[in-house]
Amino acid sequence: MDEATNKPSASNWLTWFDARRRDVGYWAFALNRITALGLTFYLFLHLGVLSQLSQGPQAYDHFIAMMKQPLFTAGEVLVVSAGFIHGLNGIRIALNSLGVANAFQKALFIALMIVAILVSFIFAVRMFTA
Amino acid sequence: MAQRWTITYEVFRKKGSHPPHFDRFKLDVSPDEYVLDGIERIWAFHDRSLVFSHACHHSTCGACGMRVNGLEKLTCITPIHKVTRDGGVIRVEPLKNFPVISDLSVDMSLLYQRMEMVGQRSVLPIEEEGIPDGLLYGKEQKSGHLRLADCIECGLCMSACPISATTSSYLGPAALAGAHQHSIADPQAASLVDHADGVWRCHSAFECTSVCPSNVNPGWRIMDLRKRLISSRILGIFRRL
Repeated sequence: MDEATNKPSASNWLTWFDARRRDVGYWAFALNRITALGLTFYLFLHLGVLSQLSQGPQAYDHFIAMMKQPLFTAGEVLVVSAGFIHGLNGIRIALNSLGVANAFQKALFIALMIVAILVSFIFAVRMFTA
Repeated sequence: MAQRWTITYEVFRKKGSHPPHFDRFKLDVSPDEYVLDGIERIWAFHDRSLVFSHACHHSTCGACGMRVNGLEKLTCITPIHKVTRDGGVIRVEPLKNFPVISDLSVDMSLLYQRMEMVGQRSVLPIEEEGIPDGLLYGKEQKSGHLRLADCIECGLCMSACPISATTSSYLGPAALAGAHQHSIADPQAASLVDHADGVWRCHSAFECTSVCPSNVNPGWRIMDLRKRLISSRILGIFRRL
């Protein structure tokens, strides 16, 4: 017997994101991980931006001016979307873990993601027209 | 004349320390045949060295669980027309997260050990099955004569679980479902899985429930165990006051 083939391993983490042919719950699982990684990456990026403060007001103003480009605004919309998707999905998991709405976990996920999309759209409109 | 399809089986092969590969077999089949029928025909007429597990042919033994086109299926009850089309491909692979013995056959010892460890009973009275009305999947409805809670230990849930893929210490959906079933008769049994690699390791993908061929609904059982454990902890705080 070959013990290595198919053995559970931390190096299999990329399989978390392969939701092809999987059910709604798996997509929710994969989406939660993707948004978590995105938000963590943003946190470090944010700390990097804040570090510009230490280089004086001119460097900071220059950086903020660059951040107001549409491309970066689009990135910020993605951050807001990730926050809503992750947060609302987290509420679903918490409810399920308390025994609430387990029979409707798929419908609950879809409903919460519709909310996340709508709220993200409102934010996007406001951010691009501000 | 009955309809005939020509399909290609892509079969995972693994012998000893040789690297794995896929062998292709073209078969003339009826679309109403089951995936396992094709595998048996490959063994009978094309390659007698093909290793695979099967026994009952009616979804009772749980031996023929495999991945069919990427999804965990009990191949004895999976009709060919549900997974491919005329001229299409059926890719058959062993279950994930279990060591491969050879080709499509995997070693499920760990699953059986864990089921025993949590006190899971393979046969139990219907009133102890624990799943409330409305939570059953499929066409079956709860009634006194249906066996709906019985886990056939096929391992499909362990293969489909994304957490079982990354850690061997996680008990997995089948054992946790077994612990839940045990805890209905003996509430103290829940404490057997009240640890980081037990009921709290699940990340709510519910894929175990999705692939389960026996309506065990491990996802719901894990969540219900959590609810019971949280309730008992909260009640414990008030009892100590």
